[in-house]
Amino acid sequence: MANSYLLKRADFIFRNENDWEQILSNSIKKKPQALINELISSELKGRGGAGFPTGLKWKLAAEAKSDVKYIICNADEGEPGTFKDREILSKVPFKVLTAMAVCGYITGARQGYIYLRGEYKFLEDELNKVIDEFEYYCKEIKLDFKIDVFMGSGAYICGEETALMESMEGYRGEPRNKPPFPTLEGYEGKPTVINNVETLAHAYTIFKEGAKKFYDLGVQYSRGTKLFSVSGDTPKPGIYELELGMSLQDFVYEFGDGDTKAVQVGGASGFLVPRKKFKDAAIGYQGKLTGISLPTGGSMMLFNSSRSMYNVLDNYLEFFREESCGQCTPCRVGCQQLLLGIKAVKRGEKPASYLEKLLRLTETMQYTAKCGLGQSVANSFSSIVENFREEMIY
Amino acid sequence: MSDKINITINGLPVKVNKNLTILEAAELEGIRIPTLCYHKDLCVAGNCRVCVVELIGQKRLSAACATPCEEGMEILTNSLKVRNSRKHIIELLLSEHNADCTKCYRNGNCELQELASEYKIMTQDFLELVPFKNYTIDNFSPSIIKDDSKCIRCQRCVRTCAELQGVNALTVSHKGDQMKITTFFEKHMNEVICTSCGQCVNHCPTGALVEKNYIEEVWEVITDPKKHVIVQTAPAVRVGLGEEMGLKPGTRVTGKMVAALKRLGFDSVLDTDFTADLTIMEEGTELLTRLKKALVDKDENVRLPLTTSCSPGWIKYIEHMYPEYLENVSTCKSPQQMFGALAKTYYAKARRLDPENIVSVSIMPCTAKKYEAARPEMYDSGYRDVDYVLTTREMAILIKQAGLDFNKLEPVKFDRLMGESTGAGVIFGATGGVMEAALRTAYEIVTGREVPFDNLNITPVRGLEGVREATIKIEKPVKEWAFLDGIELKCAVAHGLANARKVMDAVKSGKADYHFIEIMACPGGCLGGGGQPIPTNPEIRKKRAEAIYAEDGDMPIRKSHMNPEITKIYKDFLKEPLGEISHHLLHTKYIKRERY
Repeated sequence: MANSYLLKRADFIFRNENDWEQILSNSIKKKPQALINELISSELKGRGGAGFPTGLKWKLAAEAKSDVKYIICNADEGEPGTFKDREILSKVPFKVLTAMAVCGYITGARQGYIYLRGEYKFLEDELNKVIDEFEYYCKEIKLDFKIDVFMGSGAYICGEETALMESMEGYRGEPRNKPPFPTLEGYEGKPTVINNVETLAHAYTIFKEGAKKFYDLGVQYSRGTKLFSVSGDTPKPGIYELELGMSLQDFVYEFGDGDTKAVQVGGASGFLVPRKKFKDAAIGYQGKLTGISLPTGGSMMLFNSSRSMYNVLDNYLEFFREESCGQCTPCRVGCQQLLLGIKAVKRGEKPASYLEKLLRLTETMQYTAKCGLGQSVANSFSSIVENFREEMIY
Repeated sequence: MSDKINITINGLPVKVNKNLTILEAAELEGIRIPTLCYHKDLCVAGNCRVCVVELIGQKRLSAACATPCEEGMEILTNSLKVRNSRKHIIELLLSEHNADCTKCYRNGNCELQELASEYKIMTQDFLELVPFKNYTIDNFSPSIIKDDSKCIRCQRCVRTCAELQGVNALTVSHKGDQMKITTFFEKHMNEVICTSCGQCVNHCPTGALVEKNYIEEVWEVITDPKKHVIVQTAPAVRVGLGEEMGLKPGTRVTGKMVAALKRLGFDSVLDTDFTADLTIMEEGTELLTRLKKALVDKDENVRLPLTTSCSPGWIKYIEHMYPEYLENVSTCKSPQQMFGALAKTYYAKARRLDPENIVSVSIMPCTAKKYEAARPEMYDSGYRDVDYVLTTREMAILIKQAGLDFNKLEPVKFDRLMGESTGAGVIFGATGGVMEAALRTAYEIVTGREVPFDNLNITPVRGLEGVREATIKIEKPVKEWAFLDGIELKCAVAHGLANARKVMDAVKSGKADYHFIEIMACPGGCLGGGGQPIPTNPEIRKKRAEAIYAEDGDMPIRKSHMNPEITKIYKDFLKEPLGEISHHLLHTKYIKRERY
């Protein structure tokens, strides 16, 4: 069944029928509970990569007791190999703003923020113009909701939701201890819904088309469509909206250059899948289809046989060593040890068996790091070292 | 509704209060979970990850210090997964740490070393990271040495400097492998707003922040027969030193301390409490003079409230942060510096010694005193008034190096001259003590009667509340002070510079109309000073405070103006409070400093 699954393209996100005013005014006529139920039954999950059920997040924030609440759109798109949010915000920003406003209506928040990646500064002016127009309409329909753009400064860690909030509050971008979670105590200590840009764009689709249409796409546990940022050794790099649940085999068939050696799914913090496992790998959130299932923020990097997997890993680790916020031990020191460790093995200064010690270290990092950054270094490290051990040593 | 929840710790079912963290709940059940970045004085950081525990049903481990207990939680504090992870983390910290323990000042009192020993980290498989970094040691401050190669980035110092002290001289910069604790624009510690209070030293788990020690210098002068070496000991030292000697916090060791110092070879062992009493005479007179000028002469140039000036950390803080209030600070030197100035004048004359050959050493619970002694204003005797300042910890090192069995020493009394003191002098060591001592004397001067408190204990100014206020109504004063009749003297006491800021902001905004403010830079006052034994925490400081007040209660004389040596020094040398000699030797001025 799953083996015969074919790659299905979709076109929701970028199809612009310029109907946001209608969607917004219709939505706020409905009861908040009805909108939440719609979102829950769509089974939409966060598209930033972590995959938390969006409807549940909104529900928790709606139930939190506070006069002041916030909606934040996480546009700190920093995962290496992803560039979809930039396109959403330049092509269909109104969808994102509308979903934020509806979320504000549901939860009782009157203020939204877009945390825009520092490198996307060029989008700021245009985005502000769009926001002006949007707020004007909100006023017209008597919806009390404002949106501001907050510029990030370029740190990868600030894409982590609580580090993002620290950064917005003027502190160092360092992840907080959880609990409490943002839905209870987020920005400025107030209940906050923070969603990825694409998640909000999908919420728009659901408010427009209804939950069923979304739910009917994809597979169990992984409903709907997803944007994929395709890069690397491919004849057709770009952004594609595809149904979830596809097998990596089909994906490579479509996007590979005939010599695909491996695919990095989910960016530097994701997994590397070697050719021999393409067949068994499905792109989705959880639950096994035929083999491994890979959650993803949408970054798909293809590597052909000319690429050294050692160099790929070295590159990722250098990235993590620099982009760790540095506060917690496993991440700050762990990333340094992993990078220097594979270099030492490559140079023959440490025996090949040292790789096993490093693999155990990544396990500790996964168990003990304070946030998703340090926890997910293990993903690329173990999947590359285990599948391409020879390349690490020789 | 019950406030208790049910959890299990290592399989044992227990009922605990809601809102407890896993760490606190485990501690109550007698289970110790190792920590590094956690400190009872500070907010929870949860960044070292040493305290991770396993929650059954969760793949990831949780930081016990930062995770609240929840109903039904099943906690494992020592599972194999926990142990292996914890060991990894200790190994990682050691790989980043200059673990040359034998050459470290904190060797033997280092939390990382203890952990490494507890987990028997016998090999270092991970690569040494120290050689990859360009560490330099910042030893430009006269008080504090900062060695980043020993830093484990727990940020206890940063939280101390921000939360307890509100100074923010230390902060985090850079990220990833470059992340470090540094100062504004990475300037040296002597060039930034650091007050030298040493609370960072007291809260550092390793040897990354230590006091600048003068142990060798002091040994050298003690053994030099040409030098007459005198030593003064601050009030808080006698209630802290015992901890370094293996005694319980709050043990009073005054007599043993004097005995030990004599055995070390000091020529005269004297008491800073004597100049504490002298401070009361000078500062009390200053307060009453200012009140008179303000109330009788209607002199608009008189600045009130008057603030104390005993704490050099506070002085440096106000010089940076509220320079417009420098004229509100008492011009009195601190007791240490009064002592130093008198040692090479009054004492030298009385003992017929050439001040050139006198070396004056002080034992202080404080690192800022090292900085204070080095201030250019502190040469009024014609020499450097105080030559060497040692912390309580350094004195303990001297005692240990000399091989003395401290606990077997027979208590001895301080020498004379400048060794007689009162209970009022002793309580300078606790927050509120200067205020209480000043009130005991000033009230009696003004009214001719003792302060209207049971057994002279002015309890409203005691305690460990961050800011305390008290009002004393002056009734039926003697003729000379008749203008004070009916006046309510408004006083405030603050300890810890974050609390000092609260008081100063209240004064600045006009919300507070105090007459007299006592400020001590360190939490608990000098007894919680940056030079006191490590560790420190609220319970330990409470014990030390109890000891200080017990010491006061046991003194035969408890009011500064009743100290016979005080009467004598005014008769023989100073003539009168705020007189010409006092002005020259015992008073000073302050400097406006920039914040950056």
